[in-house]
Amino acid sequence: MSARPGAVAHQFDDARQQREAAELGMWTFLLTELMLFGGFFVGYTAYRHAYPEAFIEGSSHLDVLMGGINTGVLIMSSLTMALAVREAQLGRRKGIIINLILTIVFGGVFLGIKAVEYSHKIHEHLVPGPNFVLDSPISNNVQLFFSFYFAMTGTHAFHMIIGIGLMIWLIFKARSGAFNGEYYAPVEMVGLYWHFVDIVWIFLYPLLYLLGRH
Amino acid sequence: MSALTGEDAPPQAPRQHYLNVTYGVRSWLLTLDHKRIGLLYLASITVFFLLGGMFAVMIRAELVTPAGDLLQAETYNKMFTMHGLVMVFFFLIPSIPAALGNFLIPLMIGARDLAFPRLNLLSWYVFIVGGLFTLFAVVQGGVDTGWTFYTPYSSTYSNSAVAATAVGVFITGFSSVLTGLNFIVTIHKMRAPGLTWFRLPLFVWAHYATSLIMVLGTPVLTAAVVLVALEHLLGIGIFDPKLGGDPVLFQHLFWFYSHPAVYIMILPSMGVVSEVISCFSRKRIFGYKVIAFSSLAIAVLGFLVWGHHMFVSGQSVYAGMIFSFLSFFVAIPSAIKVFNWTATLYKGSISYDTPMMYAMGFIGLFTIGGLTGLFLASLAVDVHVHDTYFVVAHFHYIMVGGALMGYMAAIHFWWPKISGRMYPEGWGRFSALVIFIGFNLTFFPQFILGYLGMPRRYHAYPDEFQVLNVMSTAGATILGVGYLIPLIYLIWSMRYGPRAGSNPWKAKGLEWETTSPPPTENFLTTPLVTEEAYAYAAPDVEEQEGARVG
Amino acid sequence: MSQNETHVLPLKIYLLIFAVLLVMTGVTVQVAYVDLGFMNTVVALGIACFKASLVVLYFMHLRYSSSLPKLFWVAGLLWLAMLITFAMSDYLTRQWIEQPQGWARNRGISIEQVAKQ
Repeated sequence: MSARPGAVAHQFDDARQQREAAELGMWTFLLTELMLFGGFFVGYTAYRHAYPEAFIEGSSHLDVLMGGINTGVLIMSSLTMALAVREAQLGRRKGIIINLILTIVFGGVFLGIKAVEYSHKIHEHLVPGPNFVLDSPISNNVQLFFSFYFAMTGTHAFHMIIGIGLMIWLIFKARSGAFNGEYYAPVEMVGLYWHFVDIVWIFLYPLLYLLGRH
Repeated sequence: MSALTGEDAPPQAPRQHYLNVTYGVRSWLLTLDHKRIGLLYLASITVFFLLGGMFAVMIRAELVTPAGDLLQAETYNKMFTMHGLVMVFFFLIPSIPAALGNFLIPLMIGARDLAFPRLNLLSWYVFIVGGLFTLFAVVQGGVDTGWTFYTPYSSTYSNSAVAATAVGVFITGFSSVLTGLNFIVTIHKMRAPGLTWFRLPLFVWAHYATSLIMVLGTPVLTAAVVLVALEHLLGIGIFDPKLGGDPVLFQHLFWFYSHPAVYIMILPSMGVVSEVISCFSRKRIFGYKVIAFSSLAIAVLGFLVWGHHMFVSGQSVYAGMIFSFLSFFVAIPSAIKVFNWTATLYKGSISYDTPMMYAMGFIGLFTIGGLTGLFLASLAVDVHVHDTYFVVAHFHYIMVGGALMGYMAAIHFWWPKISGRMYPEGWGRFSALVIFIGFNLTFFPQFILGYLGMPRRYHAYPDEFQVLNVMSTAGATILGVGYLIPLIYLIWSMRYGPRAGSNPWKAKGLEWETTSPPPTENFLTTPLVTEEAYAYAAPDVEEQEGARVG
Repeated sequence: MSQNETHVLPLKIYLLIFAVLLVMTGVTVQVAYVDLGFMNTVVALGIACFKASLVVLYFMHLRYSSSLPKLFWVAGLLWLAMLITFAMSDYLTRQWIEQPQGWARNRGISIEQVAKQ
């Protein structure tokens, strides 16, 4: 990384070009993320279409309340992340750090609740694989639901862990005074990433927990 | 004639350039210079090409005789699988984009480097790690699923090192994504002043389209590989019909990437051919904008036709009809390109230098490959020739006759820029001819074999197919020699070739305005672009100018 | 230079968006328990799309960015739609004619059971 805050790397003409390149690069990266989750969504859609009853039965084993609380927590973390970027725009170092810490805390709460949910599923033998036990005539297809549940939420959680790692890095950078009102691209980029992870959950929650509740 | 002949003083190399600015292994392995990273890629894909070629040798050697005598059936399965895997994922996909695109795009757009040099280096390391995993799989005993990893071969009934190979492909995917992302941002944001979109070389347009495919397609393959890994490890039935899963879902996800991946291979070659044809006809490219947009059209349409690989898979007939119908549309932008190249040649002052010979070969072979693709895109015909040697011949005409010919053209065309030296022109033309003859002798008989009904992926066959198979193997031998000749003389020329000078072909384009080899920063001053990419003057004016400027 | 371009949104907007997101989460949970037939899916996805748009437009500032990121985002959604539409074109039409296949029509029944029938 550049020693001087906001220093322009040699391949760029000026700070503006550098910032626009970083922004475009991040959006392009988010497109790849979109398509990655897209692959899972296709599988989910195909199997939900084929086995609607099994997917409803699978949903009924999930905890709407915990999922709902997690949705709220994640939205909270998205707010604090947005505020961290805002503080960065205003060049307030302390504000950046506080908001990033809050975001990490909310992200941690989300992962904690997720871990509790996972442990319940392990306890109830609902993890797909040799130990999957469900007393149902369509247990095979319910297992498919749980395969997608774990694949999708697992990938999502993995992204969150990476995001938290990135924020810890940002906090260290912010503490050393790397950012000012002119240069805060890393905060902005991590922010975009975090919001995207939030968006994925906004879709996962209704698709996995809510459809077929009535 | 070769542009080297002339009364000028022999060209000198610049005192300092990207090759001699620093020395030592460290300076290469930690380099952030896009030119050096391009060369790292060039060296690694050459190794993979030789490896993939060795598997091909085994295949062709086995098929000399009808009986399965040289290899056992299982070994043969591994040979064609490893041949496909290595050639597709570790040679063709990174070939022109990661090696030459990396080297040339910043030069062509007048930038000092790609937008993200660190990502660029990272992508090479990721590529190497992916490659090592795949090599590890070879040592572990190889894979026998076919390069397509179809379930249930790769899940329920897998009996070979599928996991290591899948991890290798998974990792390599990230390398591809990073390269594509870097190109997109670079082409958008790093162009020199005055270099508008419609002044860009068509090579750059082609790479933009290629990068779109890399960025939007590869992640879906990643998702598919993750699901196969889950299925493989846990046996949870995502693709197992016994538990309600659908093996065809894997094919959907796989081909959503892997069909467009064919265009990752061919589009950059098309870009190369546009450059070469224009340069050696001394003419402005015909229909610039149409060629540029046809690259994008191929990239977009390429995503809508993947189901034509699945006509006999149990996919719905109606979906098959849609995919078949859309597949025909890909022919339109491809044909537009071929016609425009032909029109560029018309009344041009053509010289048959080595790159031009490869480019001409490309046009002919790609046309055959493309047209036979239309046979396969027709639902009813495909049912008969599916999984026969007709398919094998078709895609080798595209991938080898098309993509690889373009790669060879590109290597020869830009070799003076890369190395600062000329290769022996006579040997260049000779090997181009050998490759063309060897290629056709190898793969044309396979069209006939497939039409007669010889299925692919078997190590033994009925006696009546032997003559054509022997022809094919003989051709493959010639082809192999044809590839070894350039390998030898190009390496030789790095030391002993005559100095090239900055523009040996008198070509247009920013990359020819800097020295050969270029300095680390590419240009001493940021160039200002005032004309289009193919401003070749009329031939007579060109000569006078050439005499004056030298 | 970059300072002139940066668009510092007032705190109020962030809090407002946050409140709307929370409310919509509550709404989507409530609606899920009302039987609307196939409309349940439509409503749930509609609300999710609405929430996602708010996040993209305001939290991610897409509304205030230059046209290129907007174009990229639209292209991404288009590609996702292509993937889902064309893959589903297979699944939605597979049962239109009888095909010899053991999949999907035999919900929850294994191959062995099918063979016995």
